[in-house]
Amino acid sequence: MQRIGVFVCHCGSNIAATVDVKKVVEMVAMEPGVVHAEDYQYMCSEAGQAKIAEAVKEKNLTGIVVCSCSPRMHENTFRTAAKRAGINPYMVEIANIREHCSWIHKNVEEATEKAVILARAAIAKVNLNAPLFPGESRVTKRALVIGGGIAGIQTALDIADAGYEVDIVEKTPSIGGRMSQLDKTFPTLDCSACILTPKMVEAAAHEKITIYTYSEVEKVSGFVGDFTVDIRKKARSVDANKCTGCGVCQEKCPSKKAPSEFNRGLNTRSAIYTPFAQAIPNVPVIDRDACIKFKTGKCGVCEKVCQAGAIDYTQQDEIVTQKYGAIVVATGFDTIKLDNYDEYAYNQSKDVITSLELERIMNAAGPTKGHLERLSDGKHPHEIVFVQCVGSRCSDNRGKSYCSKICCMYTAKHAMLIRDKYPDVNVTVFYIDVRTPGKNFDEFYRRAVEEYGVNYVKGQVGKVIPQPNGKLLVQGSDLLDNKQIFKEADMVVLATAIEPEASVRQIATMLTASIDTNNFLTEAHPKLRPVESPTAGVFLSGVCQGPKDIPETVAQAGAAAVKAIGLLAKDKLTTNPCTAKADELMCNGCSTCANVCPYGAISYEEKEVNDHGIRETRRIAVVNNALCQGCGACTVTCPSGAMDLQGFSNRQIIAEVDAICR
Amino acid sequence: MSINNEEFRPKIVAFCCNWCSYAGADLAGSSRLAYPADVKIIRVPCSCRVNPMFILRAFEKGADGVIICGCHPGDCHYSTGNYYARRRMTLLFSMLDYMGVENGRTRVEWVSAAEGVKFSQTMNEFVEKIHSLGENVRLGDLRCKN
Repeated sequence: MQRIGVFVCHCGSNIAATVDVKKVVEMVAMEPGVVHAEDYQYMCSEAGQAKIAEAVKEKNLTGIVVCSCSPRMHENTFRTAAKRAGINPYMVEIANIREHCSWIHKNVEEATEKAVILARAAIAKVNLNAPLFPGESRVTKRALVIGGGIAGIQTALDIADAGYEVDIVEKTPSIGGRMSQLDKTFPTLDCSACILTPKMVEAAAHEKITIYTYSEVEKVSGFVGDFTVDIRKKARSVDANKCTGCGVCQEKCPSKKAPSEFNRGLNTRSAIYTPFAQAIPNVPVIDRDACIKFKTGKCGVCEKVCQAGAIDYTQQDEIVTQKYGAIVVATGFDTIKLDNYDEYAYNQSKDVITSLELERIMNAAGPTKGHLERLSDGKHPHEIVFVQCVGSRCSDNRGKSYCSKICCMYTAKHAMLIRDKYPDVNVTVFYIDVRTPGKNFDEFYRRAVEEYGVNYVKGQVGKVIPQPNGKLLVQGSDLLDNKQIFKEADMVVLATAIEPEASVRQIATMLTASIDTNNFLTEAHPKLRPVESPTAGVFLSGVCQGPKDIPETVAQAGAAAVKAIGLLAKDKLTTNPCTAKADELMCNGCSTCANVCPYGAISYEEKEVNDHGIRETRRIAVVNNALCQGCGACTVTCPSGAMDLQGFSNRQIIAEVDAICR
Repeated sequence: MSINNEEFRPKIVAFCCNWCSYAGADLAGSSRLAYPADVKIIRVPCSCRVNPMFILRAFEKGADGVIICGCHPGDCHYSTGNYYARRRMTLLFSMLDYMGVENGRTRVEWVSAAEGVKFSQTMNEFVEKIHSLGENVRLGDLRCKN
């Protein structure tokens, strides 16, 4: 029998206001094995931990139960405290009487009763705990960054500057991401390319950084410190070692009808292409769906004009397998599809565009060479209407419930830039709220209104109706004046909600990183561990974790890099000792467990056993503790009940069940 | 036997996987999304750790309902654990139903770490269902009864 100490935390008033902690102490003191029970204001504090240490010494405790917040919060704190007090850290169990009790119940009697039951379950479990000892695993000193936008580039640069090897995997033919599509950035109006391209060049030139463009992560196995990743390098059909980037092939390519992804489909590109002039690497790819040579077998113009002899139609996809210690996800975002928003006539009129499309139109390298013109007839617009929150802050299921965060600021930027360059253009912005928290953000918005005379109307747009004369009739409401507005516009710009890049789902599944209902990756703790995924060794950078602007993305990218560096700097990691273990006498070597093990951690050995005096050699399951992650799939599948999970053993869980159902 | 639902306090055991559902329950807690105190959570590393034996034991010891919560299909921290749980529980629940433990008393639900609302809703629904079914008498240990 263990000698158990129970420590009940008040958590200020978080627990004590709803749970009668004194009563809990009184009740648990009668439980079998309990030799000490006390309560304290903040068990996790220095003083609280000292109380635990003191009781361990005085009462010679062998097990500890802390009734407090979630084990996801402070299990480690109390395990460390136990270790300092001289008890094996795995002799500690937490009864979660805050998140699972005091915070959700109002009735003190009910909550107290439940707290006692949860404490009893933990006591029953500790009674069956056994000391466990973590092993060690090695750390591969190399990081993988998935996504080559500003988030991925910044993370890679920071990790590489610390002296570790980094690979960037980018699925498009060039790094740069969304930021490379932007014309100017708020609130300083710097040219986006001017501040991004030096970083792209720096990343490409960095001796510690390897960039895989036009590549995708195909398979991930392993665990923190020792991931094995398959990267599919899609066939570029161009030999990167020979190509000089002269661009003649793109000029001469006769197939020029493929929509340009970089320009959001507003114009076309050749079948052999680099997405944009400053692309890194400056090596084109052949879009095999658009290429005449691949479709009909006849053409081969690019091969003929290429003086370097770099064109290779026979190139195949290549799989690169590499080991990594840490993985940073920086997959970024896209704008939502507007199929659910017929009222804005986006699919009916070419002059209804998204803000990202406007960004390309305003850009000197864009489809209109930077001239503001209507895409339908090329005419100069005189009246432009901006619609905010298209798909953001949506209360129905058509759009997103969240605020996309960046739209208020970029719309103010667009309005300002248009008014600055074309003072004859009237700009009206329909908004629900203007949200401009951030350094120099509100000042920026006010400049748009006060200095540039942008007309802000509080209210939403109900409908955009294309008129026979080519104009767009915008029907909106002005909530402050309490009236309907009908405005004839030449162009309508929709501040379309952003959502995580579609591929993030697949990547999250491969990494077993959790994802929320909006496909944003979940952080390990929303406040205290915002750049770590709950999956050890996986870090989050940029919009894949939640909407954010460029400065925030860069800041988070740096934070993710530091976390990754912190991991890579270690030579060894301690492994989770809660691993499976086979009872030699019960195992009959049937192989059922190995079939369900997702980590290949179970093998079979011929072992000599002493079965009640009978010595014989039997085939027995052996678990590799370095590989076992402790899921417990094998324990349930084992037909003879030989397999058990340390720390979550059958007896322990049954003891908990019994305590709860008592 | 007449059951007065006013006084009936069901015993409900919820097995929650550490990575998704237990965190979802924590989120329900920190968001103060109430559900009845009858639900008691047991933390397991993965929904695939839930041995049918635990469920039978719970019913034998007087539980009125058992719910298993895990990560959404495809999101399992251990890749495939929840698929094993789903298969095992489908089989077990149909057997339990055959033995007289109605299907409403057992449930598998996928709750992610971000779904505090879903966790609370699920528990409220489940408790309500158990209330409508009343006390579980079929698997109880008869020796414990007067």
